[in-house]
Amino acid sequence: MGWAIALQGGAGDIPVDLPNDKRAPREATLRRCLDLGVAALKANRSPLDVVELVVRELENCPHFNAGKGSVLTTDGTVEMEASIMDGTKRCGAVSGLTTVVNPISVARIVMEKTPHIYLAFDGAEAFAREQGLETRDQSYFITEQNIERLKQAKEANRVQIDYTQPQPVKEQVPTSSEGDSQIGTVGCVAVDRNGNLATATSTGGLVNKMVGRIGDTPVIGAGTYANTICAVSATGKGESIIRNTIARDVAALMEYRGLSVKEAADLVIANAPEGTVGLVAVTDKGDVAMPFNTTGMFRACATENGHSEISIW
Amino acid sequence: MGKWAIALHGGAGVDPNLPEQRQEEAKRVLSRCLQIGVDALNLNKTAVEVVELVVRELESDPMFNSGRGSALTTRGTVEMEASIMDGCGRRCGAVSGLTSVKNPVSLARLVMDRSPHSYLAFDGAEEFAREQGVEMVDNSYFITEENIGMLKLAKEANSILFDYRIPLTGADTCSVSAGSIVADNSLQMNGLPISIYSPETVGCVVVDSTGNCAAATSTGGLMNKKSGRIGDSPLIGSGTYACDLCAISCTGEGEAIIRSTLARDVAAVMEYKGLNLQDAVDFVVKVRLDQGQAGLIAVSRDGEVTCKFNSNGMFRGCATQDGYMEVAIWE
Repeated sequence: MGWAIALQGGAGDIPVDLPNDKRAPREATLRRCLDLGVAALKANRSPLDVVELVVRELENCPHFNAGKGSVLTTDGTVEMEASIMDGTKRCGAVSGLTTVVNPISVARIVMEKTPHIYLAFDGAEAFAREQGLETRDQSYFITEQNIERLKQAKEANRVQIDYTQPQPVKEQVPTSSEGDSQIGTVGCVAVDRNGNLATATSTGGLVNKMVGRIGDTPVIGAGTYANTICAVSATGKGESIIRNTIARDVAALMEYRGLSVKEAADLVIANAPEGTVGLVAVTDKGDVAMPFNTTGMFRACATENGHSEISIW
Repeated sequence: MGKWAIALHGGAGVDPNLPEQRQEEAKRVLSRCLQIGVDALNLNKTAVEVVELVVRELESDPMFNSGRGSALTTRGTVEMEASIMDGCGRRCGAVSGLTSVKNPVSLARLVMDRSPHSYLAFDGAEEFAREQGVEMVDNSYFITEENIGMLKLAKEANSILFDYRIPLTGADTCSVSAGSIVADNSLQMNGLPISIYSPETVGCVVVDSTGNCAAATSTGGLMNKKSGRIGDSPLIGSGTYACDLCAISCTGEGEAIIRSTLARDVAAVMEYKGLNLQDAVDFVVKVRLDQGQAGLIAVSRDGEVTCKFNSNGMFRGCATQDGYMEVAIWE
């Protein structure tokens, strides 16, 4: 037993020849976030504080699909969603945020300061302002890469997990920054030395999504779930994650079938359509699992007994 | 060919002092909607078609808290949500924040059938509705006098209410002090005395004669809720769930239903522990709800149907192909 932490920056079709100028900043962010999370756990911060602060950091990084750097709706706007849950099953979720710098913090305040679990759109924005959270103009969140991804998606007339390769064209455009589309989600799960668990997930959603589209991230049991046994944060194609109740199922398999977290997580991933999901999970005993059925998943983990990892494929 | 079965609900948690006349009215609405579902099943309609049809009826009737007759937000407006799930393939559709769509459950179905997504909300959902040409009405269509009165009471009590359809005996609703009611009544639901609380949500579950299961749930949500508040009804796995084994629709304290992923848990327990429908439902309501009060209706692919609640009553009805048909409120 001991503390453990795992975080993800999205699962998807990440090309194994990802150019270094795309790979390095993301790995650096994963490293930085892992270090922050580990330091907080060592300092005895609660897992809820830890997952929130790590996800805030990931939201602030423009290379991942959450907060700043969120992918764009079909209208070229940003609509962000997030959720947070702890092992006592308290939870909070938000959708349709357009100006709040850190959606995960709004989710936490919904959980702690309202009798509700889930607030969305205008109501959520108004609530965030009432609570004094930092807001910025939409342009703060929008990056060049995402404008380009949206353009490509419209040309291909498709809705993508943010991470896809551009469709092959006759005259192959020399590597442009859009070749490595943003990854689906960011998330973090953590357990402290006493077995207390928490999870947090945040995203901008799918490239070219319909305005008003909600994915799995704010749906408790789909993208996020925690109870006294484990904490899970999922990433990938939202529609698949919702229908497969991914996060809840990892815990349910452990509870009802007595599987280990690795067995449960592997099974859940295997049962989802190929190329659509990934997840990170920790247990009250400090075990970690990070399976995915996509080409890759930006991820990192560390445990008190010294194991530490940052990986993509 | 298997046997079909159907159940519907109009909400869990009922005032034990609900006037006889109101009880009869509610049972009439439940019977009428149940009969519509039964007739459709006898015409071999699919599970998805039948749950949509029945929930449309419940939404259109102002008796229960969905569609017309929805509870009001703190601003006095209506924001509706719904979800539908087809056990065959576990396709699903959900909507939230609807203000002018006459039948939320039908829009949820269109999200499932005609959009690349599973869940649309607020302006985006309304825009989709317009594109799809569904029937739209002014927000005032959904608002009833009773609920306007109830909202006033709820604000006085400074609490969230499901919605209140029970006219207070004697006195004019608006002038009765919420405080005195709060003091009188010890039976509570969602933090409020049951006499100024009334059930929320409607739902329907069906297994058709091919053994396919489907579920649908629809609601106006909590009385005096913050604008933008989303409850369990549109959340797949919480208020609604269907797979090849069963279909479930839940009602009651939304936050408790979400935390316990109630609908998914019934199916998970059947799948992963091998329990039958009744045992799964009993287990989940007894063990998984923690302190919450809620109810659910469920069917299995083998033609079983059950209703279960730990609240004080649940408006419900069920029927099976061999002629059994019943509506009830109490235990």
